[in-house]
Amino acid sequence: MMRRLLAVWHARNLEFLRDRGALFFTLILPLSIIVGMAIIFGGPPRPLFKVGVLSAHRAAAVPAAAPPPRRPAPSSGDSGRGSCPPGRCAANPFLHERYVQFIRVASRGEGLMDVRRQRIDMLLAPGDPPRYWVNTDSPKGYIIQKLLLAAEPRAQRVAVTGKAVRYIDWLFPGILAMNLMFSCLFGVGYIVLRYRQSGFLKRLHATPLTAFEFLGAQVLSRLSITVFITAALYIGVGALIGFHDSGSVLLLLLLAVLGSLSMIALGLTISARFSSEELVNGLLNLLTWPMMLLSGVWFSLAGSPRWVQRIADMLPLTQLLHAARAVMLYGAGFGQIAPNLIYLSMITLVFLALGAWSFRWRI
Amino acid sequence: MSTPIIEVRDLVKQYPALTAVNGVSFAVPEGGCFGLLGPNGAGKTTTVEIMEGILAPTSGEVLYRGAPLGARFQEEAGILFQETALQNFLTVRQSVAMFRGLYQHGLDIDAVLKLCSLEKLAHRDNRKLSGGQRQRMLLAIALVNDPAVLFLDEPTTGLDPQARRNFWALVQSIKAQRKTILLTTHYMEEAEVLCDEIAIVDRGRIVTQGPPQRLLREHFAEVLLELPRQDFPQAARRLPMQLIEASDRVEITTDDLDGTLRTLISAHVPLKNLRIRPPNLEDLFLELTGRELRS
Repeated sequence: MMRRLLAVWHARNLEFLRDRGALFFTLILPLSIIVGMAIIFGGPPRPLFKVGVLSAHRAAAVPAAAPPPRRPAPSSGDSGRGSCPPGRCAANPFLHERYVQFIRVASRGEGLMDVRRQRIDMLLAPGDPPRYWVNTDSPKGYIIQKLLLAAEPRAQRVAVTGKAVRYIDWLFPGILAMNLMFSCLFGVGYIVLRYRQSGFLKRLHATPLTAFEFLGAQVLSRLSITVFITAALYIGVGALIGFHDSGSVLLLLLLAVLGSLSMIALGLTISARFSSEELVNGLLNLLTWPMMLLSGVWFSLAGSPRWVQRIADMLPLTQLLHAARAVMLYGAGFGQIAPNLIYLSMITLVFLALGAWSFRWRI
Repeated sequence: MSTPIIEVRDLVKQYPALTAVNGVSFAVPEGGCFGLLGPNGAGKTTTVEIMEGILAPTSGEVLYRGAPLGARFQEEAGILFQETALQNFLTVRQSVAMFRGLYQHGLDIDAVLKLCSLEKLAHRDNRKLSGGQRQRMLLAIALVNDPAVLFLDEPTTGLDPQARRNFWALVQSIKAQRKTILLTTHYMEEAEVLCDEIAIVDRGRIVTQGPPQRLLREHFAEVLLELPRQDFPQAARRLPMQLIEASDRVEITTDDLDGTLRTLISAHVPLKNLRIRPPNLEDLFLELTGRELRS
């Protein structure tokens, strides 16, 4: 028995070791995940509080209709110190507080929305005297208010109310988007690969079917399946967790369609040419893991280095998720998520063209 | 002679370390069955795949009804590969229907299923068929567009004798409809039963071509005598005769049967198990392509 077992063990090891694609991904993938996570989540301790700081010239301005994406203010370099907008720390001692992250806020309207949703613990308009907006429903708002008043007793308070976005509500769009990503990438990537390996594509090639028609059928099939499943999950799981949508369902449908198309296009591009199951598996993992970690499915990357956020912004799942959360949690309209829709459309067109161009019927 | 439906002209297919097809030319007359025979690696499948339009030649051309392969050929050709995988979880009927949907014109699905004796299997999962049933389903798929020309690439490899003969009967019924068939096969009996004309291919070239009976007449003026090896004494091996020793028998080729029999009797060779037969395609195949095992 041992001899037979060893014979099969030896042959399987040879098979695996000689498949360089599989070997590469088996070694590189976990290594890159660990290094990536260390870079993203390493470094100084996370701040305990987040305070939005209005720019002086914007403090009294009317809220902007479509604010630019917010970025954390540059770190002071002291891991224990709070970070504050340049030029403001000296004038306002509160901006020296430790374990507080000070975030530039472009407009009061945007900042107030974040305070109401408890995405930040306080909105501060530096001045003489400074004004601040704090959510009376937020325990962290209560504590940070005490810190501010200790440093700036003349600060004028404006009370705001609003329930925090529950983690499950914040997570829900992420789970839907992640499921959509896996369904599209693996559903298309693996199927086309299997068709090629089994010779089914070769048989189809001997018919009047064109590559465009075949790929179009794959896209439409996976699109309809994914959109249906996402809609069913949205309704079913949404009811189960008591999720209340703030935005347009039609806009969400459009997002589901464009998000699916972009992922299907990526899956087709990966499977368009290759015949090795392990290589395609590695490539799909190489694509899905970063998206799962960097696109904000499980947690926000607001505190991660700027270059990480820039990479994350290039991922279609980030664009899909950003827009989905904006619609589902904050009721964003078409205009506000238009940049995300345009990006997803571009990804779809570029990768569909690439997939069609590189498509091969046979091994 | 009928007008050729397909013509192959100076076909060459080169790979980095191999010339798989090396200047092959032939014409397939309409309404007949043309057989492409050859040992493994002779270039048959490469030639056929170029003819089917799924492999590009290095040089040379394939003409269908006098024109290069194109949309018309794809609509009018039916193909049965040596091995074809289908989509999982589909029934026989659904598999045939999927292919029917790829063609503008064709046969009714029920008619195709009936033609290939698949009515009772129509709702069975296509993965749960026996070898013979599967080949019949693949033939049904190849016939679903009512093709003018049908490519059968080693269609009975791996089938048991009953299933093979059943398949031959099906092909003969298709032949009776005056459809052109291009058959590649390892089975010489299959070629003898089905083909009106054959071409034997070896090392990428055609070594002979013509109707089987004519080729046999041209290559063999003799008859074959077969004796069990153990009945053939060592001394008899020095007799002035054309001998071929196989593993279990000795074959004697002669155009003077009476004289050869007299020689064997005078040499005291026991003739109790002697078998006399005319040469067949297998003899021709072995004579032209050799008996050594191909790597």
